[in-house]
Amino acid sequence: MAYHSQMTDSLSDMIACPKCDGLHRVPQVDIGAQARCVRCGTVLMAPREGAMTRIVMLSMTALILMIAAVFFPFLELSTHGLGRKSSVFDAILAFSDGLMLPLSFAVAALIVVLPITRFVALIYVFAPMALGWAPAKHARSVFKFAEHIRPWAMAEVFIIGVAVALVKVAGLAQVTLGPAFWAFVGLVIITVLKDNFMCRVTVWQTLNARSPS
Amino acid sequence: MSGDGMANAERAQPVLTARAAGLVGCAECGHVYQLGTETCTVCGKRLVSRDMTSLQRVWAWLFAGMVVYIPANVYPMLRTTTFGNTQESTIVGGVFELMDHGSYGVALIVFFASVIIPVSKFIAIAYLAIRIQRGKPGTASHFHLYEVVEFIGRWSMIDVFVVAILSALVQLNFVASINPGIAAVSFALSVAFTMISANSFDPRLIWDAPEGKPV
Repeated sequence: MAYHSQMTDSLSDMIACPKCDGLHRVPQVDIGAQARCVRCGTVLMAPREGAMTRIVMLSMTALILMIAAVFFPFLELSTHGLGRKSSVFDAILAFSDGLMLPLSFAVAALIVVLPITRFVALIYVFAPMALGWAPAKHARSVFKFAEHIRPWAMAEVFIIGVAVALVKVAGLAQVTLGPAFWAFVGLVIITVLKDNFMCRVTVWQTLNARSPS
Repeated sequence: MSGDGMANAERAQPVLTARAAGLVGCAECGHVYQLGTETCTVCGKRLVSRDMTSLQRVWAWLFAGMVVYIPANVYPMLRTTTFGNTQESTIVGGVFELMDHGSYGVALIVFFASVIIPVSKFIAIAYLAIRIQRGKPGTASHFHLYEVVEFIGRWSMIDVFVVAILSALVQLNFVASINPGIAAVSFALSVAFTMISANSFDPRLIWDAPEGKPV
């Protein structure tokens, strides 16, 4: 329930919704259940069984898939006896001539560098805790950074872009999907699963509780 | 706090906010401190009850996003060369081309991602910011509008990625080649600027009653 009574509890028993500032008493939430803000519905707590282990495993899988996705051929195009294989790397270099070079860096960042950074950061934060150790040094700033770059890691947007591009060239030539395409699809599914196991406020509470202070 | 508290959240119920209780909540991790505390000891974020400078950032990035959206639509996004003929197509031109090929579904996706979503985002962000400046307390529907805007922004990048993939893939010398046009740069900038604008928003402002009547 929302917090209506007098301020007799200590501040650590309370939680303010980060999205609407509604004040709540920290509830007892069962594993697998969710606690939402009464006013705006933002998920405040969502403890999951073995969530940290799963996040670490999924991040590692995603990292391996990402490496495969970057280096294996992504799509192959053939028409009139001419063929061309291209990798994700070629898509990044598409803007590399002249004025558009900065866009090349941006695309590289959005579809490869930032997703990889995020996976590595999450492994760094959660792996020690999944093993039952105290959080690693600077785990808090690393997690804050990982949350900060979250909207800019656009692997899943890229996959929809590929689908649209395929339809555009379908009339022009025959297109074959390479192994990297499937690696990328797997990567997107894993990313969505992983983000489902993560509740920001819960992570902060765990980080706080396990840190030696 | 409850699992099903959402159903009747349409009309903002009288909820005690941290500010009204003389406290300040961390916008990152939700921990609560006495008003006046400077930084959160849990996550290290600077504590601000309401980020009043956020609206300035929202407007600045929003205008930047709107300005670069104009060249994104005027200049060509793609240059297609087939058997020596070069065709340049803008964003909207590309949508019509897809429709000529009969791919109505994909045409719709591209039209949504590159025209409908950016334009509605401009309008939605401006609308929310103006409401806050006039001191009107918002309801759950205004908050959900903000959530949608924040969630959907990144999907507008689809068109930039399509151009990148096409340009990488279709390089068959004389037969066919596709190269990116300069509009790709300004479109990518427009999407990035509006994303920063939406991220600058302090959503707690949406709920607030006018000054002096803390809810």
